[in-house]
Amino acid sequence: MNRYTRERVAGVAVRAATVLVLAVMAIVIGVTLARGGRVLLANPAIVVTPPGSRYMLEANGGFLHAVLGSLFIVGPATVVSMVLAVSTAAYLQSDYSSERFSDVTNMFLNVLWGTPPIVYGVFVLTVVIALGARTSMFYGIVAIAIFQYPIMTRYTDEALRSAPDTVREATYGLGATRFESAVMTARAALPGIVAGVIMGFARGVGDAATVLFTAGRSTRMPGGLFEPATTLPVLVFDQATSFNAEVRSHAYAASFVLIVVVLGLILASKLLAGRYARFAPGGRNS
Amino acid sequence: MGEHSGGSGSGAGDDGRSPRIGRRLLVERLSSYWLRGAGYFAVGLFAAIVVALLYQSLPLLAEYPLSEVLLSSNWDPAQNQFGFFPAIVGTVYVTILSMAMGAPIAVLAAVYIAEYAEGRTRTLVSSFIDVLAAIPSVIFGLVALVVVVPFVGNYLAPAVGADATGLGILTVSLVMAIVVTPFMISLSVESLEALPDELRESSLGVGATEWETIRSVLLRAAGPGIFSAVLLGFGRVFGATIVPAMLIGGQTQLPDSVFSTGQTLPTLIVNDFGELMSLPLTQSALIFVGLLLVVVVWLFNFAAMLVRRRLQRRWQYQ
Repeated sequence: MNRYTRERVAGVAVRAATVLVLAVMAIVIGVTLARGGRVLLANPAIVVTPPGSRYMLEANGGFLHAVLGSLFIVGPATVVSMVLAVSTAAYLQSDYSSERFSDVTNMFLNVLWGTPPIVYGVFVLTVVIALGARTSMFYGIVAIAIFQYPIMTRYTDEALRSAPDTVREATYGLGATRFESAVMTARAALPGIVAGVIMGFARGVGDAATVLFTAGRSTRMPGGLFEPATTLPVLVFDQATSFNAEVRSHAYAASFVLIVVVLGLILASKLLAGRYARFAPGGRNS
Repeated sequence: MGEHSGGSGSGAGDDGRSPRIGRRLLVERLSSYWLRGAGYFAVGLFAAIVVALLYQSLPLLAEYPLSEVLLSSNWDPAQNQFGFFPAIVGTVYVTILSMAMGAPIAVLAAVYIAEYAEGRTRTLVSSFIDVLAAIPSVIFGLVALVVVVPFVGNYLAPAVGADATGLGILTVSLVMAIVVTPFMISLSVESLEALPDELRESSLGVGATEWETIRSVLLRAAGPGIFSAVLLGFGRVFGATIVPAMLIGGQTQLPDSVFSTGQTLPTLIVNDFGELMSLPLTQSALIFVGLLLVVVVWLFNFAAMLVRRRLQRRWQYQ
């Protein structure tokens, strides 16, 4: 094989690999949308119907409990996690911390970012056991917040890093305190931060392993902060291997809702980032 | 700064400016406490996870020596038999198989995105990869149940003369390869894009073809970055929970072929969770699995980080 043939073969190989990856994506999204869509078209009310008493066995009723559970668990978790993540990133990026401390903390953040979600689930579970408490919506929120924290910090950190230095210099030049300067920097990095928070929400809403043991896997409507709850991914996970075909069909309907939400969030994050980009001098819009 | 706040304390109310600067400095002081706390949160969380998991797995380690727990293949929590060996073998099998399938494809696709694709195609393809990376893993599991499981059970296994239902190690590896590929792609693209353009220009300038440039210059230069992406991918597969739990069949036995059902460390936790609350020793054993996962995944991560540091140092001049 001479070098020109090799060149052509390589060109074909890299294209084939990319096409393969994209085709797999098309299959995954297509199958979910087609199967779930069919179930939802036949009976769209299951999304807003509370589950019946033997829902996991006979599929009477719908999965409103999981939809609400997802909202009530991931929503607060995202808010908590966002506050923590923005604060951490601000601390690491601004003049509060030494470079050495930032380096070490970034290392720990990277490691946390790669930690499997189930570990967070087990960790929160050990806390629940140690407190002698019962699994509930509250611990689901804690677990998801911990899971989202490194993800959002990473995005926020990147956004703040890409904010132009001139913003900080100008604010200091006008006599601002460190905090005021950090706020202005955050404003300049807003598109990246917003995109990061939305991505964090998307990751949190799609994750099952963290809430599997911590939120209680309930099959009833969420009753309160310290009552058991469930989320959509956990519901899909539980229903997917059911022997009852109708229960399985609900898993497809639930995963349709899930994938539409996640795709919508990614789209929103890209659009918002592009929209806010004009307020950010020199900020990257990714 | 102390001078300022002292001055504002005594001069408050005298003129219009002092209370304002006092308030600003108060905000500054309070916010700096809060931000310092947030800065230490990451380290604190890390420490808390290690301490909590270690503390809760002590009962198991007090009862059995570490070597026995890791190397015994007898898993029967009801009889107080805790051998993690089958699950460890299953995890290693799945990890190696899915990386063998996923890593080459990820590197090729990353090369396409970073070096071949241009303009709109490039933006489009890389945002599709982002989308693929964000799809919840439970959806991969669900789709695999109707696509990959029948394919493996009805076509692939009979074709090689194996008897299989379709649930098993190979199925999990296939799906995990799909799950982890986009993740490795975006990290590899990042490290390819970080290379200075002079490398490309000088290589093409001395008459190398595009592929020769990629193979002997760019891939070698970005090698540590791509290697660290693959290591992070290893960590991802190692700790993957939902997909294996849906597709592996959940039998704690030593797998005898790639089609056989098995168990990985995370699925051990998921499948035996029901018994967890009642028996303290089982509880401790499953938390020990969590500890094991953390240690191995963190090792992968630290290794990846060291490798990446080397890359950054090498291209510092740019």
